[in-house]
Order: sequence, then structure tokens, then C-alpha cells
Amino acid sequence: MSFPWAEHYTPKMPLMRWLDERLPLPRLVYNAIGAGYPVPRNLNYFWNFGVLAGFALVLQIVTGIILAMHYAPAGAIAFQSVEHIMRDVNQGWLLRYAHANGASFFFIVVYIHIFRGLFYGSYKAPREMVWLLGLVIFLLMMATAFMGYVLPWGQMSFWGAKVITGLFGAIPLVGEPIQQWLLGGFAPDNAALNRFFSLHYLLPFVIAGVIILHIWALHIPGSGNPTGVDVKGPQDTVPFHPYYTAKDGFGLGIFLIAYCLVLFFAPNYLGHADNYIPANPLSTPAHIVPEWYFWPFYAILRAFTVDFILPAKLWGVIAMFASILLLFFLPWLDKSPVRSGNYRPAFKKFFWFGLIPCVLILGYCGGAPAEEPYVMISQIAAAYYFAHFLIILPLISKFETTLPLPNSISESVLHGEKQEAAPFGVDGTKPATAA
Amino acid sequence: MVRLIGFLVGLGFVGVLMISFISGAVTFATEEKVESVESRFHKPVKDVHFASDGPFGHYDRQQLQRGFQVYKEVCAACHGLGLVAFRNLQDIGYSEAEVKAIANQWQIEVPSIDPATGEASTRKAIASDNFPSPYANETAARAANNNALPPDLSLITKARHHGPAYVYSLLTGYQNPPANLPAENRPGTGLHYNPYFANLNIAMPQPITSDGQVTYADGTNATVDQMAQDVAAFLTWTAEPKLENRHRTGIAVIFFLLIATGLAYMAYRNIWAEKKYR
Amino acid sequence: MATVENSDEVVGGAPDGVRRRDFINIAAVSFAGVGAVAVVYPLVNQMNPSADVLALASTEVDVSQIQPGQAIKTIWRKQPIFIRNLTEKEIAEANAVDVGSLRDPQTLAERTLEGKQNWLITLGVCTHLGCVPLGAAEGENKGEYGGYFCPCHGSHYDTAARIRKGPAPKNLEVPEYAFTSDTVVQIG
Repeated sequence: MSFPWAEHYTPKMPLMRWLDERLPLPRLVYNAIGAGYPVPRNLNYFWNFGVLAGFALVLQIVTGIILAMHYAPAGAIAFQSVEHIMRDVNQGWLLRYAHANGASFFFIVVYIHIFRGLFYGSYKAPREMVWLLGLVIFLLMMATAFMGYVLPWGQMSFWGAKVITGLFGAIPLVGEPIQQWLLGGFAPDNAALNRFFSLHYLLPFVIAGVIILHIWALHIPGSGNPTGVDVKGPQDTVPFHPYYTAKDGFGLGIFLIAYCLVLFFAPNYLGHADNYIPANPLSTPAHIVPEWYFWPFYAILRAFTVDFILPAKLWGVIAMFASILLLFFLPWLDKSPVRSGNYRPAFKKFFWFGLIPCVLILGYCGGAPAEEPYVMISQIAAAYYFAHFLIILPLISKFETTLPLPNSISESVLHGEKQEAAPFGVDGTKPATAA
Repeated sequence: MVRLIGFLVGLGFVGVLMISFISGAVTFATEEKVESVESRFHKPVKDVHFASDGPFGHYDRQQLQRGFQVYKEVCAACHGLGLVAFRNLQDIGYSEAEVKAIANQWQIEVPSIDPATGEASTRKAIASDNFPSPYANETAARAANNNALPPDLSLITKARHHGPAYVYSLLTGYQNPPANLPAENRPGTGLHYNPYFANLNIAMPQPITSDGQVTYADGTNATVDQMAQDVAAFLTWTAEPKLENRHRTGIAVIFFLLIATGLAYMAYRNIWAEKKYR
Repeated sequence: MATVENSDEVVGGAPDGVRRRDFINIAAVSFAGVGAVAVVYPLVNQMNPSADVLALASTEVDVSQIQPGQAIKTIWRKQPIFIRNLTEKEIAEANAVDVGSLRDPQTLAERTLEGKQNWLITLGVCTHLGCVPLGAAEGENKGEYGGYFCPCHGSHYDTAARIRKGPAPKNLEVPEYAFTSDTVVQIG
């Protein structure tokens, strides 16, 4: 894999040479995220989010393992054990807030990462497998986050577990047995809490495994870039280390500042007040919504209000799953040979003025109460969502006249083809002085 | 083929959504909009400020002690504080001896076992105990309160939107129902009108009724407003006892991160400098 | 200070510029290192005893029911405590031992409070590997020296709970305690 001009690992210290001959782990790291991985030199800041997502996963695993040392997954004491962490465990409040807000920031980072991919055509050949594995990671993340939110066993935990497993109850014939199988009972209780805890502990390691595949698949064709033009030669790339490690270090700093501002000064802002009330199977909170990162999907679920051949509830469930599953077919729905949205004028308009507002509106409506006008707005937005991927995108890719692509990455950098496609420090308006 | 199927599936979803939309729109347009009574009479929380507000906020220990006094003399008869231990009171400025005395004299005793017979009994609280619940269980609590359950107050300011301001507004918000309140929303027996409560009628009778209801140890004039603010501040502390650590740590961390990120930016520029015009 | 600033100002000049750049890179990496180490602190410290555990650090025991020759077991910090009311004979036996010949030389007086020499209060944790020795309850094996006997690896303690035979290296530990009244002892 990788390009012929990639630098080769040459161990300097005898110890490293000894190790490399027996277990080429340093070589693997060197070729994966070290100087041995040539990366297009024109990546913009949107390319920081992959590394940030990896960092967020590590953060969640580390804080999660520690919380598990103090948490007790039993209906009668789960809530108290979380408060025990908040009050009595040394720096427990810090670790728990770090984990709870870490989940939110993980999703922020991953959403930007996904939309980066959508805009720059990162799902297109030859990177389809990278995209598909990424979607698998996203699904695993959603399952993990959902089960994690159940663990504090507050009101939102309990009713979230009840509502989400209730989705499976919409499946004809087998729905109810499946729901009971998932919960190990007729309503969420110890059985559900214990299995959710077990799976919540397991899945992050599965995610880590799929991430390795994701990065492996990425290294076959190499990273994409904002122009979408293939790498032509050594002048188009820089080694990952130190160039992108330095840039990722700076990006990590910005991420940490944003994360710590929320963690230390508004740690409950992204959560729900109701989850500080212990789970009560006899009383549902007035306004139940999932965590913010599920709001767009929740809006799609609720947008189906009419029984048309199938019951409305089943339509909602099918559409919600379809809204993610359709992304698996994206590489084959959008056949445009041009990758980057920067060179696709029609695509670009629909992306910025269609898809992005549509998802934001869905998110807003998903968090709002199930009342008019939110339901009607979310119906329009959900219709656009499906139309965008299943109807508009295939049509655009057929009829769109794309802009001329730069001959190469280095040419686009030197001539300032696109301001944002340039790496740091290149002023697009000035002609290059030296080559 | 994929695109053809996708196209049809897309049309299907869009079609069903449009049917849903039209039926919703028709209902929306034809049906009379009924504004709920709650939304007409429910009031947003009062504007009130506490020392713990903001990124530099910290607790006013004198106020917390006054608030504790209000809790002890007014609230504690019905509301538990089960997640807080007597020993935690040292954090709001009581000495170890004072905490021991408070625990020892607490009007509600801790469930225990008679050491001679093994039968259920109670004993005096000690500093390491959590505040004992005023009721043995939920059934007992409901039986004693006209089937209403007085919630545990440990987390109340985090379990309600605008927590401390909500507590303050609720405590000072009791009033006579307005004349235009529909009859079915008027408080029934055992209920009290309070526009800050979600459904306007709360089972709790007005707890803080008159100035001087509590005689403050520090001599502060115990007006109704003062007592409501103090107990709201105290309940902020019970819900978030580590707030000060959090703010202090946060400021140090942000300061560190700003410098580190600045350095990281300069290092990034350095490393890329030579690549500029290559 | 002036000289340092001078060298900073000639950044354009190659050699000084390189040095300054290296300095910034090293500083950035050092900051990252310091941050990483600072993060380790809460990750490690969270495993220390929590506040509610530390709050159980003292316990009060009523000893009025313990007759001479009897002992009770109680719990302090989730560990057994032996409280023994020694008889005159046991005190005499303990005092008759040549302290110098002991593995862990201590007199009975050093292991009890003044005026309360009959109250022998020790942790019920064998100093060898932490088993609970026998001898506190009625009818248990008190070992060859009439104190405590640890069945795990055969350590024998005498009437002052001093190690006399077997693998244990130390006498049974005496916790900090005080009599708050004639009949109530506070441990810890």
C-alpha cells in the first residue's frame, strides 16, 4: 500500500532494529500515522476530524473504564452509584462529566467528519470501503451511546430504553417478542440494565477494531483531498509526520478548549434535567426526547403520522433506519466522476442550501415537542432528506456540468485554484514565487 | 439498478411524508387552536441571582448555612435529602463538632436494628450517615400527604429547568387563583395555586409563609424572600457540591489549554513554513 | 534579557531562526507532555478511598458487657477488631515474658492505655498474610500462648497479642483508640 515515494522505516537505535526484526510494530505505526504515510499537502481543517474522533474514542474508553470501577448496574442502586461518583469518589465529578460530555463531543466531531466526506465525495471510488466501515462505526456509536445513556437510570434513561426498544415493537408479528427479548422483561429493569452495561462496555472495543479496518482501508488509496484530484507524484504529498501531526496537535488544542468550556462551565447543558430524577416506571416525563445527537432521526421517526398501507409507527421506524441505511448505497447513487463538491456547482448548492439546513431543521424539530408546527416542518425536511439522497443526487450526477479540475494537487496549491483547498500559509491571490 | 430502486424508495418515502404533511396541514388549518390553560397561566421563573452563577461563581457559605437552617426548620419534615451526608455540612463551614451535634439532634432518626432483639428500630444519626428520609417508604409518604409524594430535594435544582430560580419562584409564587382561571383548573381540596408549578396546582401548602419564620443564627433579617433565596442556594449546593472545584479546575485547565494551543499553533506554522512555496 | 530579545529579533537569519523554531516545537511538545501527566492524576487518584469510605474511619463501641476473660469482635474500616478484657492471670503472663526475646519487642503496657491495662484492643488481622486469627470467640483455639492463633499458616499470639511462634513478622496491630467514657471506646 501507499505511494512508491513513501519514506521507509529505518530503525536508528539497535533496540528498535532488534524489535523491528521480530515484531514490526514500530514500522506499522510509522507507515500508518508516521513519516511513512504520504498525505496530500492541501488538506484543510475539515481533515482534522478523523484524528479528533479517534481521540474522543480513547477519551471515552479511558473515562468509561474508570467509571465502571465505581458504577453498579442494578436498578436499585445504579442512580445512587452515579451520585456516589459525583459526590464521594475522588475527582469523580470530573470523570463523569468528562464521559457524559465526551459522548456529545464525539458525535459533534463524527458528524463534521461525515459531512466532510459527503461534501468532498470521500465515499466515491476507490474509497467506498472506507465509507462503509465508517458507517458501521457510526451505527455502533449510536448503539453504544444509547445504552450508555440508560446506565444512570434516571427518568430519561428509563423512558429512553422503553421508547427505543419500543421501536422494535413496531415490526409486524415478531415485534413484541423481540422487544421482550431485548429488555429481558416487559419493561426495562435489572435485566435490561445489566445487559446494556455489558454491551456498553464491549462495543467501544468493537468500534476500535472497526476503526483499525477503517484506517487500513484508507491507506490503500491514501487520503482524499479538497480538490478530489488523485495524487500524481511526490510533489503532491507531505509525510503525515510531522506535517499533519503538528496540524492535528493544534486542532486537538482547539477541540479540547471547546470541550473543557462545556465540561467545566456548563456540564449539564447538553443533558436533560429529568435524568436527575430516579427512574420511575409509573410516571413518564412530560417531554421525552433522546440526546441531541439523535434528534434528526427522532424527527424522521415522528414525521410519519398517517397510516398508509402500513401503520404510521412502522413507517416511522422503517424510515428512521432507512435514513442511515441509504448512506450505505451512496457510492452507487452518486456516480459523478468528480469527487469534490467544490467543482460541482449544482451539487454544492443542494448541499449547502438543501442538505445542511434540512438536517439542522430535523435536529431542531426532533428536540422540540411533538406539536404543530414542528411536525409539519419536520415532514417537509424529512421528505427533502430522502429526496436529496435518493432522487436529487442521482439526477445531479447525471446532468450536472462540472467545473474544470486542476491538473494536480500541487498545481492547485500553487495557483490558488481554491482558497480553502490550500494548506496553511498559501495566499491564493499571490502568484507563486518558486516551485 | 441501485439508482432505480433508490429512486422508487425515495419517491415512496416522499409520497408518504407528503400525505402525512397534507393531512396534518388540513387538521392544523381547520381545527381550532386550543391554547392550553397551563400555557396561558404558567409563568417563567423569576429573575434571581446567586453567588454560584457564572464561570467564576462560588458558594456564599453564610447563605448556605442560612439555607440549611431553612431546610432543617421548614422543609425537612416532609422532604428528604437522601444523597447528602451530615459530614458534607463541613463543606459549608460547620466544624466537625457542630456537624456531630447536628446529626445527633436531628429530629428524624436513622433506621437501625435493635442490638438486643434484632428487631427494626431507629438510632440517632451520626456524621457519616446520610440525611434520613422523613418517611419509611413511598407508600407512607403518600399516605401522610394526601397521596402526594414530597420529592427528595438532594438533586432538585438539577432536576428542574432553571433549578435555583425555579425553587425560589415556586416558594415565593403562591397566590390566589386569577379570576379568569377556568373552573376545572381551580385548585381542588389539598391543592394550592402556584403559576410557577407545571400544572398550576401544587399539593404542597405554602411552606414559607411569614417573615421571621426562621430565626437566623447569623442575625440576618429572615424575610420570606431572603429565606426562599437562601434555601434555593442551599439546594444548589446539595445538587452540585463540587461546583467550586469544577470552576477552579476549569479556569486553570482553560488557561493551560490556551497557552498549549498557542504553542501548538506556532509549532504547526514552523513545521509548515518551509513547505509554503515549494 | 536584552541579549535574548536580540537573538529573537533576527528570526529571518537562518541559524537563530532555526533555534527559535526548535524551541517552540520543543515547548509545544513539553506542554502536551505536562498536560498528559496532569490528566493522569485524577485517573489514578480516583482509586483512592472515597469520601464516604474515609468517613467510616472511626467507630464507637460499648464495652460494658465484656467480662474479664472475654473478647468481642467488632468492625472498624471494614476490618475485624478484637476487644479483649484481660484477666489478672493473663496480664501477669504477658508481663512475665522477657521482652528482649520477642520477635517484635513490646510490653503489654505499650500496647494498652494507662489505667486501662486490662483492655487489649487490636486489629484482628494476622500480620502474616491478613487472615483473621482465632481466639476471640468463646471456645476457639487460642494457640500455644493463650492469646490468638491464626489457622492459615499457624501463627501463635500471646495474651498481649504479640507474635510468639509461626511466620507472622509483627504483633497484632493496635489501632488508635480512646475511651470516651468508662464503658465506651472510640476506635480511629
